[in-house]
Amino acid sequence: MGGYGDVQLLRDDGLRLDGRKIDEMRPVAIEAGVLPAADGSAMVTHGLNVAVAAVYGPMEAHPRKIQRQDRAVIDVRYNMAPFSTSDRIRPGYNRRSREISKVTAEALESVVLVERYPRSKIRVEIEILAAEAGTRCVGITAAAVALADAGIPMRDLIVGVASGKVEDTVVLDLDKAEDNYGQADLPVGILPNTGEIAFLQMDGDLSPDEFNLAMEYNFKAAAEIHEIMVDALKRRYEGGEN
Amino acid sequence: MSNGQNGAELRLVTPGMAIGPVAGKRVGSGAIAQNDTIIATRLGWTKEFNNTVSVDPINSAYMPRSGDLIVAVVAEVRNNLWFMNINGPFQGLLPMSLAPWKVEFGAARQHMGIGDVVLARVQEVDECHNVVLTMKGVGLRRLNQGTVVNVPINHIDRLRGEGNATVQRLRDASDSRIIIGENGRVWIDGDAKGTAWARQAVALTQASGHKTTFEAELSALEQNAPKKGDA
Repeated sequence: MGGYGDVQLLRDDGLRLDGRKIDEMRPVAIEAGVLPAADGSAMVTHGLNVAVAAVYGPMEAHPRKIQRQDRAVIDVRYNMAPFSTSDRIRPGYNRRSREISKVTAEALESVVLVERYPRSKIRVEIEILAAEAGTRCVGITAAAVALADAGIPMRDLIVGVASGKVEDTVVLDLDKAEDNYGQADLPVGILPNTGEIAFLQMDGDLSPDEFNLAMEYNFKAAAEIHEIMVDALKRRYEGGEN
Repeated sequence: MSNGQNGAELRLVTPGMAIGPVAGKRVGSGAIAQNDTIIATRLGWTKEFNNTVSVDPINSAYMPRSGDLIVAVVAEVRNNLWFMNINGPFQGLLPMSLAPWKVEFGAARQHMGIGDVVLARVQEVDECHNVVLTMKGVGLRRLNQGTVVNVPINHIDRLRGEGNATVQRLRDASDSRIIIGENGRVWIDGDAKGTAWARQAVALTQASGHKTTFEAELSALEQNAPKKGDA
């Protein structure tokens, strides 16, 4: 049974409520360059999640007190649109969006070559248009594609994926019911080419074995999403030759 | 494709993608060496020239270099200097001593205010990325008329063409004055129809400048250029 009451999250045939296998991801679609006014942008659809990320800069960092003499500052603003969930969200910054903006910025800082642009700022805007669990991961994926689209130098792309535990079973890519009523959630930011982890959070409890299995699922999903990211970037400029 | 291409397979790479083994090759811009492998750090086309492997980025920020002719916008005014938005990661600084007028201390605002557009040259860029601009020089001035449009930095060479041939074609076809700033800003000054056509041509560069079909598309657009005296 789930962590909250007697909500059944796995069917008798072993599949999940939406018919997925326990190690199956929701469908992912990515499009790069969706916003002409931004230096780089991307839209990621992950299940029912829809996130748009826009990158502006590098630009002069204002106010000057936020400037770093040896590197650029990544200024991330994650926001959920008021209409992104079934219950209207009060517009504007809140504790949750502030936290997600911070962890996203720290994750992106580990891949962007920030030392190339001292005293400057790279602004990343992530807008969640539709939410169905895992929006921080979708936001990170969208931001990575948008940064690459903007021509920002990066060591690697970063992929946001999550696994979790429902009814004592480790599952990949939690949907809304599994996120709300499951026992654990493990979102991570993975650098697919090196296998490094740029960010990791855990909500709930996982045993070491469960954690390892969840990470195995996450790495498998990250490889799949990475292919879609690369394809989206290549599709944007296909037929091109500099 | 650049003339310097030799040997390497031309392909589109994304950040983190392995280009090939280091194996005695030098690592150029847009790439880094990691565990004996050359890794792309930017979205762009691989290039090998003189044993140096690099990535020609499709998009990139303007990095000022000494001597660049740029179109700058006044961002801040102080008593004795102007801070200029140069469409890059760093602001440029124009001291009153390098302005084309004799400026008294405290009178900088009387000559240029926030939002004014100027044609300037990069005088100096130091190791801390401080950018000093100058407006002393032939043709450097405040731009009081015309319009400014942006193009990606990497398409400037395309827009300019071999020996300025392409931009000269645009000037002739639109009967406008066109100045291309190294910082990705293009100043266009002409009659309404000419300016509109030139903007279309610049937009075409922005959309298709990296494609092999660019030349054909530009020629097709030239067929629709306004006739001289058509305004």
